[in-house]
Amino acid sequence: MSDYFSLYKTMLLIRRFEERLLAEFSTGKLVGTTHTYIGQEADAAGIFSVAGADDVIFSNHRCHGHFLAYGGDPYRLAAELMGRATGLVGGRGGSQHIQWRNFYSNGIQGGIVPVATGMALVEKAQKTGNIALVFIGDGTLGEGSLYESLNIAALWTLPLLIVLEDNHYAQTTPSEKGVAGSMTGRFAAFGIPVWERETADVLEVRLAATEAIQRVRSGAGPACLLLHTYRFSAHSKGDDPRSPEELTRIRQFDPLNVHAKRLPSAEIEQAETEVAPVVNDAFARADADPFPSLRDY
Amino acid sequence: MAVTVLDSLNHALDHAMDTDSRVYLLGEDILDPYGGAFKVTRGLSTKFPERVLTTPISEAGIVGVANGMALRGLRPVAEIMFGDFVTLSADQLVNHAAKFRWMYNDNVRLPLVVRTPMGGRRGYGPTHSQSLEKLFLGVPGLKVVAPNALGNPGDLLLAAIAEEDPVLFVEHKLLYTRPLLEPGQGELADYEIQEFSEPYTSYVLRIPNYAPCLTIATYGYNFELARAAALDLMMEHEAFCELVLFSQLSPFGLQPLAASLRRTGNLLTVEEGTLSLGWGAEVAARCVEAVEGLRVRRVAARDLPVANAKSLEDAILPSVQDIVNAALELVGR
Repeated sequence: MSDYFSLYKTMLLIRRFEERLLAEFSTGKLVGTTHTYIGQEADAAGIFSVAGADDVIFSNHRCHGHFLAYGGDPYRLAAELMGRATGLVGGRGGSQHIQWRNFYSNGIQGGIVPVATGMALVEKAQKTGNIALVFIGDGTLGEGSLYESLNIAALWTLPLLIVLEDNHYAQTTPSEKGVAGSMTGRFAAFGIPVWERETADVLEVRLAATEAIQRVRSGAGPACLLLHTYRFSAHSKGDDPRSPEELTRIRQFDPLNVHAKRLPSAEIEQAETEVAPVVNDAFARADADPFPSLRDY
Repeated sequence: MAVTVLDSLNHALDHAMDTDSRVYLLGEDILDPYGGAFKVTRGLSTKFPERVLTTPISEAGIVGVANGMALRGLRPVAEIMFGDFVTLSADQLVNHAAKFRWMYNDNVRLPLVVRTPMGGRRGYGPTHSQSLEKLFLGVPGLKVVAPNALGNPGDLLLAAIAEEDPVLFVEHKLLYTRPLLEPGQGELADYEIQEFSEPYTSYVLRIPNYAPCLTIATYGYNFELARAAALDLMMEHEAFCELVLFSQLSPFGLQPLAASLRRTGNLLTVEEGTLSLGWGAEVAARCVEAVEGLRVRRVAARDLPVANAKSLEDAILPSVQDIVNAALELVGR
């Protein structure tokens, strides 16, 4: 199948998985909270189509899309979200705290960045040729440990790519109330080059990611991939202050629609046909799995 | 020249780096010729230049980077220059280091040591004199270990470096220049000493052939004060103490302390952290739950910041006389 098809299918898998996830909250099969990736799919699909198989990934609270694009198992993710013993981390972590192979996530804003910096140091010290990628958002720009990490990563020429997904809102707070000055200027101050794109086109993301990753892998030090994007859903579940007009406007920038124009309609249908059973199977199997217990402690 | 606590720790780091290429040191101002604010890392950057990393003043960054290193197979030892600054890395210790292994269902290990000097009595004032380890006691997934001048502090540090889980290693500043104490010799000549629970050894010290009326539990530098108080109680008041010296503060087991308390029926805890909701409070609570009829007193710092002026600092931090007074009150003399 074509490369374009595969990018589309990755984005569609994320979209359908997240839609199903939100739907399962109303059936009572999911409790707690979650942060969906709907609207931002082009970022993960584009980046992971060019990241190295052994690169180290540190993701954040909004990690499902990153994990699925990384190649993670939708069933193990669904099981984790539903609090089952078969989940990625046995039900201990839930939506924001997952780990599989070289993929890690944590729900603390900013705190993950120095950790990813240390991971990059290991890849450099061991001369593996791998890099570390850490995903942050516009909201993370308020956290001090981000800047400590940028300073250290630049001083020590570490192979770290900071992926900044600016979806314009830190939970309910718009960037203009949370981010002073320039986003790119923050990185420039540390001598860290920025690839900046305002796009919902997965091919544009992929091209920028290719260049930024190449730069980091070359040993030239950290880089930033700054992607201005839109999330279509609430931050988590019931916290969306945006007007219907704004939501309608941003829905024009749907990465699935942008990329679908490049595919024959038969492939669009095929993608739906292939993704639907994967998502159904993930949630149905997870629903039949046992809950974990504390008996081992 | 006698081996000091500082020598012991420095030699341990040297040995760890020499025998395991996964061991890295990182911290502020740790490069030679300065060798760290308290000189614990002196000589190591000369010997292992690739693996001793001097950092910006970024305590969260230091511990965060060390967390990432530990998650991916190295054995970092991070130094926080003053224990007071460990609050700046609290998020990394509590929400990252201590959680990853459990939260990721034991998929990962995090062999991290964070070393830091705590304690006062050097006139450094409110933000360079505290004993803040109490803030990190009881954090699931984080061990807190404190060396003392008995046994070998370097062995404790090597045990911490060999762990698969994070350890906060709390070194009292006044210990650094102290010569190591030898069981059966010098100040310890009169004591019979039992050791418990490797690798972070606890000790029970008693005067043979005299029935003890009181158990003093303590850790770190305050063992020096507790010994001085025990001597005074013996010489001036004919009150004999058992001393129980902890090395692992959190999590902690009740033995050998509970066995000692069943002999004496009286517990006095001594610590340099502030009194309220501190180490002694938890030790006392656990012991009262386990030992029927136990009587308890705590000696600790007043619930105030540590003042700069010596007269105030001395009044705020626990003294030998405070320990003697509390002991006499406890045993009813």
